[in-house]
Amino acid sequence: YLPILGLPEFRANASRIALGDDSPAIKENRIGSVQSLGGTGALRIGAEFLRRWYNGNNNTATPVYISAPSWENHNSVFVDAGFKDIRTYHYWDAAKRGLDLQGLLGDMEKAPEFSIFILHACAHNPTGTDPTPDQWKQIAAVMKRRFLFPFFDSAYQGFASGSLDKDAWAVRYFVSEGFELFCAQSFSKNFGLYNERVGNLTVVGKDADNVQRVLSQMEKIVRTTWSNPPSQGARIVATTLSSPQLFAEWKDNVKTMADRVLLMRSELRSRLESLGTPGTWNHITEQIGMFSFTGLNPKQVEYMIKEKHIYLMASGRINMCGLTTKNLDYVAKSIHEAVTKIQ
Amino acid sequence: SSWWSHVEMGPPDPILGVTEAFKRDTNSKKMNLGVGAYRDDNGKPYVLSCVRKAEAMIASKKMDKEYLPIAGLVDFTRASAELALGENSEAFKSSRYVTVQGISGTGSLRIGANFLQRFFKSSRDVYLPKPSWGNHTPIFRDAGLQLQAYRYYDPKTCSLDFSGAMDDISKIPEKSIILLHACAHNPTGVDPRQEQWKEIAALVKKRNLLVYFDMAYQGFASGDINRDAWAVRYFIEQGINLVLSQSYAKNMGLYGERAGAFTVICSDAEEAKRVESQLKILIRPMYSNPPLNGARIASIILNTPDLREEWLTEVKGMANRIISMRTQLVSNLKKEGSSHNWQHITDQIGMFCFTGLKPEQVERLIKEFSIYMTKDGRISVAGVTSGNVGYLAHAIHQVTK
Repeated sequence: YLPILGLPEFRANASRIALGDDSPAIKENRIGSVQSLGGTGALRIGAEFLRRWYNGNNNTATPVYISAPSWENHNSVFVDAGFKDIRTYHYWDAAKRGLDLQGLLGDMEKAPEFSIFILHACAHNPTGTDPTPDQWKQIAAVMKRRFLFPFFDSAYQGFASGSLDKDAWAVRYFVSEGFELFCAQSFSKNFGLYNERVGNLTVVGKDADNVQRVLSQMEKIVRTTWSNPPSQGARIVATTLSSPQLFAEWKDNVKTMADRVLLMRSELRSRLESLGTPGTWNHITEQIGMFSFTGLNPKQVEYMIKEKHIYLMASGRINMCGLTTKNLDYVAKSIHEAVTKIQ
Repeated sequence: SSWWSHVEMGPPDPILGVTEAFKRDTNSKKMNLGVGAYRDDNGKPYVLSCVRKAEAMIASKKMDKEYLPIAGLVDFTRASAELALGENSEAFKSSRYVTVQGISGTGSLRIGANFLQRFFKSSRDVYLPKPSWGNHTPIFRDAGLQLQAYRYYDPKTCSLDFSGAMDDISKIPEKSIILLHACAHNPTGVDPRQEQWKEIAALVKKRNLLVYFDMAYQGFASGDINRDAWAVRYFIEQGINLVLSQSYAKNMGLYGERAGAFTVICSDAEEAKRVESQLKILIRPMYSNPPLNGARIASIILNTPDLREEWLTEVKGMANRIISMRTQLVSNLKKEGSSHNWQHITDQIGMFCFTGLKPEQVERLIKEFSIYMTKDGRISVAGVTSGNVGYLAHAIHQVTK
């Protein structure tokens, strides 16, 4: 059996990846880690802890804010963890196909103090639209002023831009601004370890004593959920992150994956523009990460599925990774057909 | 100031905390009889050779790491159901069951507990035997259910309080949930005999109770997987549509791989499909889908005839070593000159033995002899070897004479 909180070498390395080697929080020994079953498991443990301990001993009524839209499972995680007041915050502006910053900041201003906000660290799922550093600074300023709790979901570190550090910028900025926060990390995508269920909940607190008590309570939650986590995937990640050669090789692998996605984005966009597909398609290359919010409406999506055998979400979200040099033409033509035939 | 200033320090886990204390001890004679993990006669963890073979097969195939379905690896869940129910089981053959992969025993219990909390509206009460595995209570509580108890262990005889159990069970309100240990009761090692199981089955049927079997030691108790599953199979044959959690941590030595399963016996295959859909809805917001490695190993072993045979032999070997340690402990206690009756040590079955030692005696064993066990006097016989059984007997005699 691994210890309840997981493999120590995995936990320390995983948190270091998120927070950075030179993180003040690590230097000041005020971080904690809980090895979890994927990003989902990390979110769930964090949610269960917050419901029990965040603002007093019963947070069932504490508002939890999830972006509109977000990964659908976010809602279920917090509902099943016992939160009764789950709200959305403005995020995606469908008209301009970008971030609705004013709406987002407005919701944060109006949110009750001490509300919990689920933030996507990078490569927002499903929109692929992230705040710029400057926008993150504005978000952080409001959250600090209104005592809002940042719960980061980091499922794509390295995968979004190809750079681990760049993709962790927002989390690290919040830490440097003195926030206490949670960061649910997944190694499913950036390590390709999907079915090994490798995740980590990083906890940043004010000091070591607080973090220690938090971890002791997280242990109790883990013990009744899965007792202790699976060892194999954690060992793979720990070994890789603690070996200079393997670490370099991994960063290179991650960049390769990210670059292929970027290539598919630019290739898809250029084909749609060449075809003269109605609308603007720059959002395909401006969005980041695995997904693209194409802007296709449900009827157009149905056409894609039924007539063209191209499967995507009803929201119009496509997984760019499903594109290859061999199917780009077919997909571009199909999108063109869907947009021109169906309104 | 911090959000967490008011967070209390949680107590160390009573069972896993024992191992942590053991690790810190520098006494060369120290013994860890706390957590239920099997050790060979050299006190070392034992990776089964059938497991190594399965691992080699997996490595050579260079399979991908794509997500499993939410309900887990199908070859694993099917083989798991067949292992528990028996290949001739009518319930198995007619597919009137659903088995989902769970995170070893704990995860499977928790899925079941959450499922009952959401869908078993007749009662919020789960009746546990007194005593039960320490983690049962917080699992069901965190799932939103309430805990009650029925008499089970008789400390005077260190055996089953059958009349007390029957008396208490007869008073359980109808349609409550009753948890039973399928074999190798944890922590006492005291199991009902087959005739007693028959009476329990008739009674729970009469009281219309929802039966939840926890089977964490199939094969490990008697050495025979069919014998250890007898109670589960008998209950189903009596028309009791039970729920069941299984673990492969001990019987396949897959501890850290977290291989387990949760099964619901249903009225028919159609109901099983509906139940499965709801189990998936519970699992998705917990961890999305289960880890593959342990399930794949278990599946290969169960589904490959020679590996399965090899496994059965190895499980029997582990069970036999434990039985022999029980015998040696009793004879060593006699040699030490102990006048107490230690028959319960050989009467009890499975990994654990409820020694009957009191908390003060346990504390002395820990402090004076570096012999670690849980406060309730439970020892993991798997941690006893021919090399240290003498020391253990000596120590027990010292604190009980």
